[in-house]
Amino acid sequence: MRLSRSAKVVLGVITALVFLFIYLPLLLVVVNSFNADRTFGWPPKGFTLEWWGRAFDSPGVREAVVSSLWVAAVSTLISLVLGTLLALALLRYKFFGRDVISLLVILPIALPGIVTGIALNNMFTTILGVSLSMWTVVIAHATFCMVTVFNNVIARLRRMHGGLEEASADLGAGVFTTFRLVTFPQLRSALLAGGLLAFALSFDEIIVTTFTIGAGDTTLPIWILQNLFRPNQAPVVNVVAVVLIVVSIVPIWLAQRLSQDSVGIGATRVKATEG
Amino acid sequence: MTLQTRHPAPGPAPAAAAVPRPKARRFSALLHRSPNLRLAGLVTAPAGWLVLVYIAALAALLVTAFWTVDTFTGKVSTEWTTENVVTVLTDPVYQRITLRTLWIAIAVTLIDLVLALPMAFFIAKVASPRWQKLLVVAVLMPLWASYLVKAYAWRNVLADGGLLEWLGTPVGLESPGYGETAVILTLAYIWLPFMILPIYAGFERVPDSLLEASGDLGAKPLATMRLVMFPLLVPSIIAGTIFTFSLSLGDYITAQIVGGTTQMLGTVVYANVGAANNLPFAAAVSLVPIVIIMLYLFIVRRSGALNSL
Repeated sequence: MRLSRSAKVVLGVITALVFLFIYLPLLLVVVNSFNADRTFGWPPKGFTLEWWGRAFDSPGVREAVVSSLWVAAVSTLISLVLGTLLALALLRYKFFGRDVISLLVILPIALPGIVTGIALNNMFTTILGVSLSMWTVVIAHATFCMVTVFNNVIARLRRMHGGLEEASADLGAGVFTTFRLVTFPQLRSALLAGGLLAFALSFDEIIVTTFTIGAGDTTLPIWILQNLFRPNQAPVVNVVAVVLIVVSIVPIWLAQRLSQDSVGIGATRVKATEG
Repeated sequence: MTLQTRHPAPGPAPAAAAVPRPKARRFSALLHRSPNLRLAGLVTAPAGWLVLVYIAALAALLVTAFWTVDTFTGKVSTEWTTENVVTVLTDPVYQRITLRTLWIAIAVTLIDLVLALPMAFFIAKVASPRWQKLLVVAVLMPLWASYLVKAYAWRNVLADGGLLEWLGTPVGLESPGYGETAVILTLAYIWLPFMILPIYAGFERVPDSLLEASGDLGAKPLATMRLVMFPLLVPSIIAGTIFTFSLSLGDYITAQIVGGTTQMLGTVVYANVGAANNLPFAAAVSLVPIVIIMLYLFIVRRSGALNSL
């Protein structure tokens, strides 16, 4: 099949337009965080740093940043441990129920967030009688963050040579020593990449969070949602939105550089099933 | 000498690694001998977490849908009733909301398909390898940017005197304002990368030699696309639609932010968990998207799409 030059140009133009469609709205938020006009009419009439200063001085925003960081850090830690264990188990062993578990791990992100959210909310409040708090948010986040760690680790394990571990065992190293000195060093960058993704995923999650967070607690996305419809807070909301964009995109960019394994949800899964 | 420092004779230096405490040593040896014990150690914690937290929660949700709320205390009472489910299925209000949600999810899926196909084709088959890498990263980055921020960005784009009005006025287009159209546009925007990636991966897997052979045998590009490329691409396309369709079905944040008064299944669920405090009814409503998605997965299961998720 040979495409004519004009067909290629048309396809290129369409691609460029779609990219414009993808990036323009995000760019608008960034520009608006410096927009001097409080109603954000377009085009902006002037620029100011006032909103950024106000966001830094706002105790509500600062508190929300701290709790978002805490939730993301704890759920990343839990999902790192669980995701790695699961990847090792599923790749190295054949056992009854293996296929079911590999389906189970992607279920929390395959079903819409609202299902996960209300299922956990119902579980905590109705069934268990636990009051919602930051810890219930952590449990919910760890459940769907596990899959990003799992995907990264299993992709790495597939490319790894089992022979090194056998050699280590033959030379007398125990199971734990082999993991610490042979397996772990090879997994390190995959773990870092998976952990960064989990962190980014948790940091800006909103749907499951609204269903599992306690009444008095706020994460950064919850703060945005609460202040979105208050006109006098609009300028600060823009600033917080930019912070969210940066905090979620920078780890992805780093993760992409760290691992040769692909990072997207779709792409990783396609890779995982191919391998 | 240098060799000796690198491989020291059994001395005290690497003691931690080579001579662990006897107890740990025995445990390690036990693990070494028994693969089943090793497997149990690996799988118990994560599988236990998934089953105890997630599967239990889904099962409880199903059960709760058949409970009711005590009108006096506002607490969930465990009396069995099919009232909630019957209301959701037969009340015209909820039928209309279900149909509207379905329509929104289908429209979003179609828009994303139309945008993703030429773009994925360009990235996979036309762009040079260097550009290909760059473009894939450019698709991936916004995929991970906050869902909330994206919906918020569209609130700005669609606003009175916003970007869309400014762009549209010279060509006679108006901003649709906040409503159903805005929800469709915004959701199509948010889920687009989820459609591009699997389709791109699908194009990647179609070997160039196959396309060349088709061309050498006299097929025009369009015939090659229709007869060679498209059949190979079907699983990837379906994989993409699973994401856009299922994610749109459960949405309620976008409907809140740009939907005006638009009601979707998700907004009903949210209202019943929060303000109305009727968890059993919310659970019953949430079964609708679950059943629709399961049905969809069941229908497309034979296409092999589930393997390209």
